[in-house]
Amino acid sequence: MRACAGPRLGAAMMEGLDDGPDFLSEEDRGLKAINVDLQSDAALQVDISDALSERDKVKFTVHTKSSLPNFKQNEFSVVRQHEEFIWLHDSFVENEDYAGYIIPPAPPRPDFDASREKLQKLGEGEGSMTKEEFTKMKQELEAEYLAIFKKTVAMHEVFLCRVAAHPILRRDLNFHVFLEYNQDLSVRGKNKKEKLEDFFKNMVKSADGVIVSGVKDVDDFFEHERTFLLEYHNRVKDASAKSDRMTRSHKSAADDYNRIGSSLYALGTQDSTDICKFFLKVSELFDKTRKIEARVSADEDLKLSDLLKYYLRESQAAKDLLYRRSRSLVDYENANKALDKARAKNKDVLQAETSQQLCCQKFEKISESAKQELIDFKTRRVAAFRKNLVELAELELKHAKGNLQLLQNCLAVLNGDT
Amino acid sequence: MAAEREPPPLGDGKPTDFEDLEDGEDLFTSTVSTLESSPSSPEPASLPAEDISANSNGPKPTEVVLDDDREDLFAATEEVSLDSPEREPILSSEPSPAVTPVTPTTLIAPRIESKSMSAPVIFDRSREEIEEEANGDIFDIEIGVSDPEKVGDGMNAYMAYRVTTKTSLSMFSKSEFSVKRRFSDFLGLHSKLASKYLHVGYIVPPAPEKSIVGMTKVKVGKEDSSSTEFVEKRRAALERYLQRTVKHPTLLQDPDLRQFLESSELPRAVNTQALSGAGILRMVNKAADAVNKMTIKMNESDAWFEEKQQQFENLDQQLRKLHVSVEALVCHRKELSANTAAFAKSAAMLGNSEDHTALSRALSQLAEVEEKIDQLHQEQAFADFYMFSELLSDYIRLIAAVKGVFDHRMKCWQKWEDAQITLLKKREAEAKMMVANKPDKIQQAKNEIREEIEEWEAKVQQGERDFEQISKTIRKEVGRFEKERVKDFKTVIIKYLESLVQTQQQLIKYWEAFLPEAKAIA
Repeated sequence: MRACAGPRLGAAMMEGLDDGPDFLSEEDRGLKAINVDLQSDAALQVDISDALSERDKVKFTVHTKSSLPNFKQNEFSVVRQHEEFIWLHDSFVENEDYAGYIIPPAPPRPDFDASREKLQKLGEGEGSMTKEEFTKMKQELEAEYLAIFKKTVAMHEVFLCRVAAHPILRRDLNFHVFLEYNQDLSVRGKNKKEKLEDFFKNMVKSADGVIVSGVKDVDDFFEHERTFLLEYHNRVKDASAKSDRMTRSHKSAADDYNRIGSSLYALGTQDSTDICKFFLKVSELFDKTRKIEARVSADEDLKLSDLLKYYLRESQAAKDLLYRRSRSLVDYENANKALDKARAKNKDVLQAETSQQLCCQKFEKISESAKQELIDFKTRRVAAFRKNLVELAELELKHAKGNLQLLQNCLAVLNGDT
Repeated sequence: MAAEREPPPLGDGKPTDFEDLEDGEDLFTSTVSTLESSPSSPEPASLPAEDISANSNGPKPTEVVLDDDREDLFAATEEVSLDSPEREPILSSEPSPAVTPVTPTTLIAPRIESKSMSAPVIFDRSREEIEEEANGDIFDIEIGVSDPEKVGDGMNAYMAYRVTTKTSLSMFSKSEFSVKRRFSDFLGLHSKLASKYLHVGYIVPPAPEKSIVGMTKVKVGKEDSSSTEFVEKRRAALERYLQRTVKHPTLLQDPDLRQFLESSELPRAVNTQALSGAGILRMVNKAADAVNKMTIKMNESDAWFEEKQQQFENLDQQLRKLHVSVEALVCHRKELSANTAAFAKSAAMLGNSEDHTALSRALSQLAEVEEKIDQLHQEQAFADFYMFSELLSDYIRLIAAVKGVFDHRMKCWQKWEDAQITLLKKREAEAKMMVANKPDKIQQAKNEIREEIEEWEAKVQQGERDFEQISKTIRKEVGRFEKERVKDFKTVIIKYLESLVQTQQQLIKYWEAFLPEAKAIA
């Protein structure tokens, strides 16, 4: 993923970025790690090799390497936008055949609004601050923008990789079209009417979900899964929100360091006594330590907040799977009842029988694959948490040690001087 | 002046004790020992003060690390618990290399429970410093403010603070004593000192500010953390105020100060109330002063003063800006602490519902780590505030006092100018009289005017002397102030950085403990 080709906002904006490759590769590994169990086999490998941010959309370059016969070439790339990812995801959801699988959650919409607004405000306020302050803040905001950008790229990539790793979904025709068709898919975003339809569909679904979940499951495994997922999902939601707030506070504190550093610098350059050297050194310290604190916040965001957010979405997808299964169970039971009734009245028995058989097959098919999916989900989840928690701890340690080193060096200099 | 001497034995054999008590004698035998006092200055002290101008470095290194002080305070407040290993408190970094004259007991905050007071390493460094600056003035007095106690009920309630003085200066009758004082007593002291010394050019440290909201909460009896914080903030501020005041060699000699520190009963200072007659008079005077400042156009013959004034103006602005940022940091740090605590709880819940045992355990561990970290943030926020933020706000007020002193000089000049103008007018009147030939009344009038002229000539001379005196005093004071300032900032900022070091070290400990837990997820 070429970050330098990334947000093309104007050459001037990109000057200040100093975190390029290191940040990138960590983050890369970080998010891929969410799906650590994916067998990256030669049969099908998908990644996002490039991305371009324009006024209000992001263009992803989806790059595929495959030895499967379905594709015309072994290696090819297309350009896709967010709406096309959503279209692909929705096509999975609506496909009855995939009812028994956990559909990989759709990537969230790229949201640069907040960041753009801040950059704009900075531009407007340029006259009111010193040159150093302006440069500093610009760097900061650019880094922020870049971080959001990388995150959204990674999330889209994760979605594709999950699909590519899934033994059934990877064979989906729409998926292949998505990967290969090098024209625009002409997928437009949903218009108002469709959005409204969606809204009603969701409402019906949740109402139905409530009814359906009232049906007790004979199968212990699924009963347990249902209770578990419900509680887990809620708690992950809560944890994700709180983690977000925590990382944001961290970032605010880091921003304060920035301003403190600037003020100290001003004090240092203006002071007449011999304390000016002192101030300048401390100002430098604050600048450096701020960078580390900002990284701490970013890493926590990545390893903790993003992890939790992802599993929030995945656990929702798992819940959806359970819902579909319960739905099919209810249908099956209804079909049984209908069959009994038909037999009793001796009317349309054949029809009832076929319908009942279909329901039975559907239910059993879903149950079987669902079981495996849920077991896989747990394995993936445990692995992902493990990886991220370990990396989180390692990064926290790295940063704390870095900070400590900075502080101790600074103190040594300051004490030596005085 | 003073050679390094062995520190006197103090019961618990604490290392960092720089009360070179014998130096007290030097105070009296020092060569140039007269108080720099102009005739118009009040009450020349009975004791000779050190002559500040004799030494190139004003402030005194032996101003002591307040280990002892803190120990006593802790004993008094019974908060010492040395057995919680995790809370290696930020305090242990406090006995910092240079002396810390003004921020002794910064972290007696409600939540902090353990303190450890050993700092052997620091001892060595400080000793060297003492030797280096041994020719500086040596102050041998330590003030502690502690034990805030609510007295009375309802709206008439007030907080009484114990003021403990430890000294070997012989002007005090005992070497260690304490009294109970309330906030208005401190204000009263300041008002007295200000009225005596400000107008002759001494920079009198300003007293802590009143806070109607804060005090009302305390009076009403709200026993929440914000009122305890308020009391702690005030206690620390009062302590710093007294420390600064006694460090001033001239003010130290003042009998009012001595009375404040020593006598068990103090006449109630009612003039300090905001809405009293005196309070209103003060406000009116302040307004009048502000107007006057705008109208006095002084012919500055001395570029030094103009330069200095500008410098202080700049410094003021910069400090204010920095202060705002630091306050924001304190706020965000507190927020971070609260959010971390919330997250910790949430993570614990998540761990509970996770059905994979190893992961569940790891999540619980994570929750514990985050909880400890939230405590850490809380403590750091206190350090941010009590060390950094309060230092800045103290200096912002001090600079206001400095500016006040410069203004007084202007007024002094104005007075001299006015006297000169009046003298001129009188001479003109006399001359006119000489010319006009009215023999009968003339002799009497001539005498009168002769007298007046003599009177005004004396006033002009006095005015000139006063002006020169105040200018001289200000120069000295500013020199002393600048030295103080440099020292103060360096000391406190270094201490603050050390608190940051502590925090990072703790963080490392916590995450190192967590890492194997995370790796153990199977």
